[in-house]
Amino acid sequence: MVKLTLNGKALTLDADPAMPLLYAIRDIAELTGTKFGCGLGLCGACTIHLDGNPIRSCVTPLSAAKDKVVTTIEGLGDEQTLHPVQAAWVTNKVPQCGYCQSGQIMSAVALLETNTSPSDDEIEAAMQGNICRCGTYPRIKKAIKEAADNLQKVKA
Amino acid sequence: MSQIKNLNRRQFMALTGRAGGVLMLGSALGSVGLTTVSSATSVANKTDDLGNSLGAFVTIKDDGSVDIICHRAEMGQGILTSVPQIIADELGADWSRVTAVLGNADPKYGNQNTGGSASIRTHFAHVRQMGATARDLLEQAAANQWGVDKNKVKTQNHHVVYHDKSLSFAELASAAAMLPVPDAASLTLKDSAEYTLIGKEDITLQGIEKIVTGQATYAQDIHIPGMLIASVERPPVVGGKVKSFDASEAKKVNGVVDVIRLKDRSFPVNVKPMSGVAVLATNTWAAIEGRKKLKIEWDHGTNVSHDSEAYKEELIKKVQIKSKQARVEGDVYAHKFDSSRTIEATYTVPYHHHMSMETPAATAVIEGDRCQIWSGTQAPQWGKTLVLEELGWDPKTDYDKVEFNTTLMGGAFGRKSKNDFTIEAVELAKASGKPVKVVWSREDDVKHGFYHSTAANYIKAELTEDNRSDNWIQRVVAPPIAWIFDDKTSHLQDGDLSLGFADIPFDIKNLSCETPEVTTHVRTGWLRSVGNINNAFALGSFVDELAAKAGISTQQMWLNLLGDDRSFDPQAEGFEGYTHYGQTGKKEYLLQIARFKGVLKEVVTKSGADKTLPEGQGWGISVAASFNSYAAAATKVSVVDDKVTVLEMHTAIDCGLAITPDRVRSQMEGAMIMGLSMTLESEITIKSGAIVQNNFYDYPVSRMTQVPDLYVHLVSSDEAPGGVGEPGLPPILPSITNAIFHASGTRVRDLPVKKRMKI
Repeated sequence: MVKLTLNGKALTLDADPAMPLLYAIRDIAELTGTKFGCGLGLCGACTIHLDGNPIRSCVTPLSAAKDKVVTTIEGLGDEQTLHPVQAAWVTNKVPQCGYCQSGQIMSAVALLETNTSPSDDEIEAAMQGNICRCGTYPRIKKAIKEAADNLQKVKA
Repeated sequence: MSQIKNLNRRQFMALTGRAGGVLMLGSALGSVGLTTVSSATSVANKTDDLGNSLGAFVTIKDDGSVDIICHRAEMGQGILTSVPQIIADELGADWSRVTAVLGNADPKYGNQNTGGSASIRTHFAHVRQMGATARDLLEQAAANQWGVDKNKVKTQNHHVVYHDKSLSFAELASAAAMLPVPDAASLTLKDSAEYTLIGKEDITLQGIEKIVTGQATYAQDIHIPGMLIASVERPPVVGGKVKSFDASEAKKVNGVVDVIRLKDRSFPVNVKPMSGVAVLATNTWAAIEGRKKLKIEWDHGTNVSHDSEAYKEELIKKVQIKSKQARVEGDVYAHKFDSSRTIEATYTVPYHHHMSMETPAATAVIEGDRCQIWSGTQAPQWGKTLVLEELGWDPKTDYDKVEFNTTLMGGAFGRKSKNDFTIEAVELAKASGKPVKVVWSREDDVKHGFYHSTAANYIKAELTEDNRSDNWIQRVVAPPIAWIFDDKTSHLQDGDLSLGFADIPFDIKNLSCETPEVTTHVRTGWLRSVGNINNAFALGSFVDELAAKAGISTQQMWLNLLGDDRSFDPQAEGFEGYTHYGQTGKKEYLLQIARFKGVLKEVVTKSGADKTLPEGQGWGISVAASFNSYAAAATKVSVVDDKVTVLEMHTAIDCGLAITPDRVRSQMEGAMIMGLSMTLESEITIKSGAIVQNNFYDYPVSRMTQVPDLYVHLVSSDEAPGGVGEPGLPPILPSITNAIFHASGTRVRDLPVKKRMKI
């Protein structure tokens, strides 16, 4: 039994505290937007936010989320009210198969929360842990810049 | 060409079960592949708004919104947008009111086996007909209401109009659905000048909002109440079997419910599982942890002797010797080669793996004499046939007892044409009596794939005085894919040799294209562009070598070898077995030498690959036709102290009529990025019959930091549509290695590059 806040809701997950968060989220909480890609923290498909920081949920035990705030892709925005990063992913037609994009978006959101106008190098440094086998990287870069601009406009 | 017929209304209702009321096979979650699954308890599910069906592909809902079936599998290529886009254009629908629905396995849609970059190039006419059928029904319904001739009304923007009269699709749908489906021959298709959606740049992508919000459903995401998750330990060597196993420790893991030995299956390996031990648990982690505690003794079988390095050396030896001729022109063996004007070279590529981001997964539910499947497969109908066989059910009388739902795929690249993982789910659901989802780990995916065949290509050619060639010998050898189906095939087949090898488009007087005998020890399979990978690497490299020897540009060497602009039919020029990606005999798909030259010129002009570069930098170019499309690549690299950095990549693509130009660009971008890691760093090796690699750390694929600026140059064309998913890849490999040569003088003939140089 582990208590945590998942996408704004307090809940208790009835699972072994040693279970990776990925499986607790997917199998127990039944939120499947967070994806399995490698199981070793190498590909970033399972990226979620733990107290606002991007982590690889496939190598983070559920116990690490005890009394903490977990945000998954489902907690960012819904189809009617997209998060600005999600919206930039749509306008730049980023996804191909789409499978890695939850993790890509979670990494991008975390980047833009600490760096409002990242350079190419900073984008690459923040995103290099997220693999996309379809090859959407150039569009991801463009979308992150567009989202950064849009977020700036919102603030201005 | 697809075999679909228009079904008449009665046949259609009988097939879909609509005549029987609101209960129908095909649950809401099954028929809408993009919806997140939260519950599914039985085969029969109540659906709310069935709408009015106008033929097999189009349903108009009560509010006038339109559901359009995409019968082809979606793996990232964008077909979920393109098929409905074609239908919606012909229908006259407002794209913003169209929702794509992924079709379940159902022969009424025609061929659904999605591979060979075939969805548009072999289904375009049929798919348009599906849109025209629905439009015709709406127009007839409107004409009936107005008492005018159908030919006098027209459809535009979701309405049928006649002078100042207008009726919306919503107003017409129920009347239209009761009309007899028109004969295909009576339908008039739009003129290309009238397209409203086809070829347009601003087409929104179907399902993209679901993807970016985590609501899209992939095979890994299926959740059925009471289901067990299975993790399977498989034999490390192809043909291996479980000798004995001890599951006592595995069963002690909290959450583990059952441990089941999969049945041993003999050769041919086919597309089925072979053997293994499955741990079934209430959650994925318990299944994984339980599996770690299994103790299994294997009988590895005879393929334990396979070593990929030794095997490659054998392949290299084989291609040095004259072998079975697939195409002969003139008599090259009567010619005495002048060594001063002759080059010979051997090129090799390793085994490769698809490495889709989503590892294979499938779910099976068996209730009495019904079975439901959810699988991320490129081959739903083939998969359904295998499921019926696995259950021992009659493929004819029991066909409708299996509901085969297709989910989105998180990448596939050919791997998921093979339904071995689906059959595992069926076998385990049957054995356990519970719904079962089989999920593969990354290591399972890497070690139990259907690999692109390691290959050796040899080419020998003599230059003429005017820098063409009249004498050319080439050979290719690779373990043939046909072997997996018969356990016998020992030569590449005509279909394999039609992939950029014996269809070599050069104007050569004396030509021999040959393939030696070979034995196979691994599961080989289709991987994005298949044999074109090694054939285009060899030919693209060799032309560059010839150009260097002749002292002319690589582009000029291609032009010299291609010869005069002409239609080129390999069948008429010595290659009787030519298969032409299923389009033999179709004039509109004959190879056109001018189109090779066109993409080559486009890529050189747009990239500036003909310009001089500073010391240590080089451009490499190449061109290849595959899947009825033409692609040329230009890559710029720098080489400093033997370290290769790729600076810029360009692709020019002529795929004929581009239905969804943005998805053509995205496929070219993806092909450049896949080609980059395939050329530089990734390889599957085999020792003692077992795959050496495990995960992304030892089968690396390109990361963002490694990808240079990419440019796609889409050649505008109204030729018949060609393939898009695969044709971008073949020219990439030689464009990179040629660039390395021009930057450094180092010729890489054995991939990946990292074995020889730093990357």
